[in-house]
Amino acid sequence: MSDTFILNGKETPYTPGQMILEAAKNGGIEIPTLCYLKGSTPTGACRICLVEVKGARSLMAACSTPVTPGMEVFTETALVHQARKLNVELLLSSGTHNCLVCEANGNCRLQDLAYFYKITDLRFEEKAASDIYPKEDQNPLIVRDFSRCILCGRCVQACNEVMVNRAISQGYRGKESKIVTGGDLPYHESECVFCGQCVEVCPVGALTEKKAKGLGRPWEIKKIRTTCPYCGVGCQQWLHVKDGKIVKVTAVEDAQPNQGRLCVKGRFAYDFIYSEERLKTPLIREANGEFREASWDEALDLVAEKFKEIIKKDGPDAIAGVSCARSINEDSYQMQKFFRAVIGTNNIDHCART
Amino acid sequence: MTNSFADYAKAKMIILVGTNITEAHPVASTFVKDAALAGARLIVIDPRRTDMVDFAEMHVPLKVGSDVALINGVMNVLIEENLYDKKYVDSCTEGFEDLKKKVMEYPPERAAEISGIPADAIRELARKMASVKPAMLMYTLGITEHICGVNNVMSCANLQMLLGNVGVECGGVNPQRGQNNVQGACDMGALPNVFPGYQPVANADARAKFAKAWNVKSLPDKPGMMMPTMMKNLTTGKVKGFYVFGENLANTEPDIKHVEHELQSAEFLVCQDIFPTETTRFAHVILPAAAWSENDGTFASSERRVNRVRTASVPPGDAKPNWWIFKELAKRFGHEWASASAQEIWDNEVSVLAPSMAGIKYARLENDGLQWPCPGAEHPGTPTLHKGGKFTRGLGMLKAIDYIPPAEVPDPEYPFVLSTGRRLYHYHTRTQTGRSAGINDLLGEETADISAADAQAKGISDGEKISVKSRRGEVVVKARVTKEIPPGLVWMAFHFREACANWLTNPVYDPVTQTAEYKACAVRIDKLR
Repeated sequence: MSDTFILNGKETPYTPGQMILEAAKNGGIEIPTLCYLKGSTPTGACRICLVEVKGARSLMAACSTPVTPGMEVFTETALVHQARKLNVELLLSSGTHNCLVCEANGNCRLQDLAYFYKITDLRFEEKAASDIYPKEDQNPLIVRDFSRCILCGRCVQACNEVMVNRAISQGYRGKESKIVTGGDLPYHESECVFCGQCVEVCPVGALTEKKAKGLGRPWEIKKIRTTCPYCGVGCQQWLHVKDGKIVKVTAVEDAQPNQGRLCVKGRFAYDFIYSEERLKTPLIREANGEFREASWDEALDLVAEKFKEIIKKDGPDAIAGVSCARSINEDSYQMQKFFRAVIGTNNIDHCART
Repeated sequence: MTNSFADYAKAKMIILVGTNITEAHPVASTFVKDAALAGARLIVIDPRRTDMVDFAEMHVPLKVGSDVALINGVMNVLIEENLYDKKYVDSCTEGFEDLKKKVMEYPPERAAEISGIPADAIRELARKMASVKPAMLMYTLGITEHICGVNNVMSCANLQMLLGNVGVECGGVNPQRGQNNVQGACDMGALPNVFPGYQPVANADARAKFAKAWNVKSLPDKPGMMMPTMMKNLTTGKVKGFYVFGENLANTEPDIKHVEHELQSAEFLVCQDIFPTETTRFAHVILPAAAWSENDGTFASSERRVNRVRTASVPPGDAKPNWWIFKELAKRFGHEWASASAQEIWDNEVSVLAPSMAGIKYARLENDGLQWPCPGAEHPGTPTLHKGGKFTRGLGMLKAIDYIPPAEVPDPEYPFVLSTGRRLYHYHTRTQTGRSAGINDLLGEETADISAADAQAKGISDGEKISVKSRRGEVVVKARVTKEIPPGLVWMAFHFREACANWLTNPVYDPVTQTAEYKACAVRIDKLR
């Protein structure tokens, strides 16, 4: 028999040590969050998940308040709503949150919360532009726009507790607060290894992919799940595709084996397929050593003819082939089948040995 | 891998041998770091002080290529001090007496002499390893890219079996594969001795089965040549036609000058690729192929997980899926192959012919894929091999193994060891990462990584261009002075053509696998005049 607490008047089980947020979720109640990042220590920074706890002196952050036996929790009272709305309003005034020109428009937790709490006017004065740290976009991959940063700390959690690259942390104090690298250097001069996990978890438009800029809004994008083409871990990716072109890559959350994580190559090295240098037509080398374009029929006929000649003269074992450890299984299957069943040799290998 | 990536974060002890995991398998490394932060004990065995050492309780900076001696020394202590898992060894393995006899020749003092790790540190290492159960061992090419690569792998297996760590969750022997589908290419039988699913070509029943499925009278029974033999035979004339699919051999193989001579010698070279490369220069015919995300298919990852790959874009120009190219070629020899998509190839051929993948069909791969062996339609896949210490062959084989030094060791003329590998920002010969916007800005050129002590002794400063020379070639490259490197070692990658480490590497091979000794050759470094 597990312990129970009272959630919105209903007796609900929980596991000792569980936070209100998680226990409520198991009990069927979703509490809105912003700074909460699954798999890392809750910071309670954003105060969006506030709930009312009977007997408590103030509202409590559900993400970082452990449930106690018999605790009475209310997640949807007028007081709770009022406080959450106020906190969203305060966040909206913390910088320049102009959705019209923001890359995160349509994929922004703050925007969603403002809409949900029916905020139509800015109650507080926005932070003065002169008080905002300048935008950092000197590196080729990640734009850091401090005017949109709400200091929720998700990027810090992702960097330190998830990826454990330890490149960024909360820096300075009070209104000077800023997410900083060691020595407050720009990303490309810091310990940052450009895994981009900070971008992945940023709930607003403070951290965005430079390469994706202007290429497509979330609602124009089709997401296609695939497997990363680099190392042998097999990370699961979402390809964000617009008009048949990948504009961005993100990680598939909760997927095996990467559980929502990617590295610099998996996240950013996808656009080689659109290089102008791609081979686009079969090529045949002329006697003068130059390559000329050919049709598929001409090229394949030539390969077949030459191979037949060699087989006739020197036997099938005078032909050898190496398959590709980058391409799909089905391609390697076809190639070894071609060598064994058609050419008649087992001279088929690939780079597994190197 | 005997085990799965999902084990990493849960592991109690992790032994990393010859794997710079943060750069070569970055996402896997995050789970190792998570484990370390959660209290797992981490041991790093590597000549270099890799980033993972920051999280380790012990770094064992052995001399390049001394793995067998070190592990024999560790096993000597485990047996001498009765720290090994006797019950596991008795019930799950064979060959213990032979192994014992051999490792008794490697007391810690002798292992210390060879590996450069003090005898007491070897004792401490053994005791640590025996103190936590299970422990997971991961390795990468630091183990395999030696003339004794097979011996190194078997030493890792010996160690883990002696500790009773094979066949349990969060244990095992885990080679992390370097390429997205190198596991799959093996699984599919792109190897000279086996059909798909590792069914030997020498086995008459297997040949009969495949001959029937492929509608041919017979199939060759003699195992074929491995890649280095193929290339060597381009110059002897034994191999006349050479078909290179998606490999940039002119940059990836050791001793580039010689490799190019071999490629040049091909009577007829076909290259099938997505880009012109240093290798396609030698081709007689170049066939343009569809790339990743331009056709549907599957990859198999290190953990034997078959995952879907899906189409996002159309191939440029006339480029075609590789499977289509082979099908069209077969047609020109009078072979009509029925399968007309990757899914048909998998569902109707691969999974029908390979018993270990019989239960894997595209319809079951929609989410997280499946780990083979997966022999039936209801089988959930296999996250851990040899469960309960029950091995494929019955008992796990402990093998007595002797240390042999690298083929080329430093001498007065070439006094440094060159070891090679990959760096975080690039992938192999940069055909892909070099054409992805922004990546070159993060790492734009090769460096020769050297220790501060050697830099000082040679009067070389960080960033200065130096000469690195071996018996096979010379490159001019920027020195990178770093604490990662111990004195006497030079470390380089093969990402950039001009200063590619493979101008220098030694084309000598493990006799069984023909894996080249990329990890050890002798070089000299000099200031430019």
